[in-house]
Amino acid sequence: MDKAASYQKSIKASTKNLSDIRKFVSKYAEEHGFTQDQISDIRLAVDEAATNIIKHGYKNDDTQTLTLKLEFDDEKLNVTLTDQGVSFDLKKYKSPDIRQQIEKRKRGGMGIRLMKNLMDDVSYNVQNQKNVLKMSKNRN
Amino acid sequence: MKNFKINHRNKSGFEVLDLQGELDAHTASQLEDVLKSLINKNKSNIIVNFKDLDYIASAGLGVFMAYIEDVRSIGGDIKLTNMNEKVYNVFDLLGFPTLYDIFEDEQHAVAKFLNDSE
Repeated sequence: MDKAASYQKSIKASTKNLSDIRKFVSKYAEEHGFTQDQISDIRLAVDEAATNIIKHGYKNDDTQTLTLKLEFDDEKLNVTLTDQGVSFDLKKYKSPDIRQQIEKRKRGGMGIRLMKNLMDDVSYNVQNQKNVLKMSKNRN
Repeated sequence: MKNFKINHRNKSGFEVLDLQGELDAHTASQLEDVLKSLINKNKSNIIVNFKDLDYIASAGLGVFMAYIEDVRSIGGDIKLTNMNEKVYNVFDLLGFPTLYDIFEDEQHAVAKFLNDSE
């Protein structure tokens, strides 16, 4: 147990598949000894990341595919989500003011805030016309 | 497979929505439809009971963000109750407790509604 291991899953871009994504992540995080609190954090962060790709990157086009990869080692879990949809500029991202959004009857922008809060590291790059989102969660 | 359900009941003049299962970007539209239909009927004293809700993602919180002003503008409110610790944490991380009334149980929500109207 806790030896390096990786798992990959290709998912069609539909929010229908979010519950399967959560099950996939929870199952392997549990098998690799993460605590229930850590698993909750990872599950929500991955759900938020996949939701953003499906809704904003692929505009709910379920013919498109995203790839989810989990890599475990002694220290942490690395999560990588790859897609070929509309890119996102993480540097221009501003955390939303919830009060102002409520007044404008707006929503959104909260997923990234949660990912940054729940995970130890979040990075986003565009490589060879692919969007690559990496997040990691330390064991300790 | 259905992993989310809403039950609507009436409790001494208040609209109570019992949420059950997992509220994510897929299931949030169900909650949105129910809230919209209440608002359209001018039913604005709404209590949402999270007792059987196991999971929430930001799309679920987004529904409350999108409709709270409509509800308040017709003199009502959406009060949230009975969240488990994990679900509450998500609301807390995003700063909702200062903007929404969140209570341990329905009784407290009802009491606040009655107080508000005095």
